[in-house]
Amino acid sequence: MKLNGAQILVNSLKSEGVKHIFGYPGGAVLHIYDALNACDEIEHILVRHEQGAAHAADGYTRASGKCGVTLVTSGPGITNAVTGIATAYMDSIPMVIISGQVPSALIGNDAFQEVDAVGITRSCVKHNFLIKNINQIVNTIKKAFHIATTGRPGPVLIDIPKDITIATVEPKPYPNSVEMRSYQVPSRADSAKINAAADLIALAKCPIVYSGGGCIIGNAYQELRAFTRQLGFPITQTLMGLGAYPATDKQSLGMLGMHGTYEANMAMHDADCVIAAGVRFDDRVTANIDKFCPNAKIIHIDIDPSSISKNVAVDIAIVGDVKLVLSDLIVKMKTKFIQDISLWWSQIDQWRSVNSLAYQTKLGIIKPQTVIETLYEVTKGNAIVTSDVGQHQMWAAQYYHFDQPRRWINSGGLGTMGFGLPAAMGAKIAKPELNVACVTGEGSIQMMTQELSTMLQYATPVKIVNLNNGYLGMVRQWQEFFYEKRYSMSYMDALPNFVKLAESYGHIGIKVEKEQDLKPALIEAFKQKDRTVFLDILTDPTENVFPMIPSGAGHHEMLLAGRDEMASMNDDGLNLV
Amino acid sequence: MRHIISILLENEAGALSRVAGLFSARGFNIESLTVVATNDSTLSRMTIVSIADDGIIEKIVKQLNKLIDVIKVTDLTATEHIERELLLVKVNVNQQTQVDINKQIDAFSCKLVDVSEDIYTIELAGKSKKINDFLANLDASKILDVSRTGVTGICMRNRNLTKGA
Repeated sequence: MKLNGAQILVNSLKSEGVKHIFGYPGGAVLHIYDALNACDEIEHILVRHEQGAAHAADGYTRASGKCGVTLVTSGPGITNAVTGIATAYMDSIPMVIISGQVPSALIGNDAFQEVDAVGITRSCVKHNFLIKNINQIVNTIKKAFHIATTGRPGPVLIDIPKDITIATVEPKPYPNSVEMRSYQVPSRADSAKINAAADLIALAKCPIVYSGGGCIIGNAYQELRAFTRQLGFPITQTLMGLGAYPATDKQSLGMLGMHGTYEANMAMHDADCVIAAGVRFDDRVTANIDKFCPNAKIIHIDIDPSSISKNVAVDIAIVGDVKLVLSDLIVKMKTKFIQDISLWWSQIDQWRSVNSLAYQTKLGIIKPQTVIETLYEVTKGNAIVTSDVGQHQMWAAQYYHFDQPRRWINSGGLGTMGFGLPAAMGAKIAKPELNVACVTGEGSIQMMTQELSTMLQYATPVKIVNLNNGYLGMVRQWQEFFYEKRYSMSYMDALPNFVKLAESYGHIGIKVEKEQDLKPALIEAFKQKDRTVFLDILTDPTENVFPMIPSGAGHHEMLLAGRDEMASMNDDGLNLV
Repeated sequence: MRHIISILLENEAGALSRVAGLFSARGFNIESLTVVATNDSTLSRMTIVSIADDGIIEKIVKQLNKLIDVIKVTDLTATEHIERELLLVKVNVNQQTQVDINKQIDAFSCKLVDVSEDIYTIELAGKSKKINDFLANLDASKILDVSRTGVTGICMRNRNLTKGA
């Protein structure tokens, strides 16, 4: 029996094991929606804005490891999704986006709702396709999932003109695999590199493991834990890597970088051997490149050769799947004697004793750090926490101690405000058995509040922890430090009544103004298992994120709360963001 | 330093814009770019000349390799190679200048591909430097149009651009 292109597309998604699609209909995808309507195996979540669809699919992927799928129409449908696609791209998150396109005959004619989707997304996808023939559908979908989920993952877009969804053909079976002569995925690394790395590790007197998002995306956390414990080395994790190694373990020094801990950054600076696993030496992590790890030999493990020596020249580059490379290193290190590093640990303990995450409490004022600590306590550290972007994101990363992977979900690379709420919805759909909290601020949340409506329709109970300080806090902090307190456009007057807003969407709203109400409110929120609860928590508007490496400084030049209240920056630093 | 990068890629719509887009998005320089299908019509060969230090060239090669449509990238400059570029130039000629132009045409072994009453169309193939030198020897005020193909190149002897290392 002949099937139309839309049915073939939906059947292909079914064969690919897709259970959920986040999307929004429109003219160019009406046939696909018609085919979806007849498909019981796939649940479609109707978002309220296409950016929300992309973020929700992204959150779904990050929480579950399964490739999320987004379906949008042509023109504004795909342009709205672009921010979400770019967000996934910057954090190497696998995702397949299907966008409708105007009929083939109209492409290039400035047709209604026409946009060059392949052109617009080119620089923020791992790859994209324009389907030109109904017979290409199955292979293109197979290729898209293969490319999105293998190697260094990333989003892949498939643009499909409407006439191709309407045309009919005798369907071909969905392929089990796909051959691409131009796309090979590195797996096991060269054993000579493993041996060289092992020799270097065995000589290290001041070693440190620096691990990142690649260990989560590559499901390498067991190997990372075994490797680090076997050697007894200190480990620091990037913002994207939190949870791969348990934060509460004694070998963990916490996060490194701009708002990392003092011990992590000092240890990086003084290390003689850095084992970098699934990281990309991002500018938030390295601080001033010229002052980065001045005494260290660097071993870099990454699946993407273009990440190696991109920002920092490394001594041993190991291209391969981080999971396999770490397993090979674990075996190799069993045959090696390593150095006594007890002196190194005493030095690290001294840095730890600075207690760089300590903060001053003020009577009658809720400190944002306290909110995250209380959230951690109430959820016993087991929730999935998504965040938006800004101060609250840093506090969540610093004070919620992630012991498990895929529990911390944030836009690290692109820094997309508005990410948190739809990502929380996607995470809840992927992991309904887990508590999901969205840590946000009154600035970020207003970029995506419309998804509260989706969350009611699909019953995805999320606890929204809104750190409401009335300011775009991170902007305000930089203006305080580096622009002589000229608070240009960082204060938002006329905020909505968030309690009523939540209620109008059918959820529960709770306003928290006093510190003594904080814990009871959080307990109450998580008791409401089946309800989304919006906690609008008024926090200290003057609080800053510490510790901090100001732009242009090195890891050893951190500013600590209380000690260095007023930061300064050199001219080079001001050029950075 | 000047590098000639040869890229073997899928002959598909959009492949050129992926490469060109990569250069502009990452701020890499392109001096010239040529692209045409190979004897296998499913493949294209693109040759790019870029002036950058070795570190940047390494980044360019890595980023090109990352593109899904790209099959093989070779920095020709790192191997023994032959490069050629084709020039077509139209110049005004008159009785005073004719002798000098004819002398240049002979000196550079150019071909005169079209002659009209007062215009010569001249063809010259060679290394870019040779073409630059030839153009520099012409009287600039007499040059009407210049069209150059950009560089193409090939590895010498046993090294291949298509198969093997």
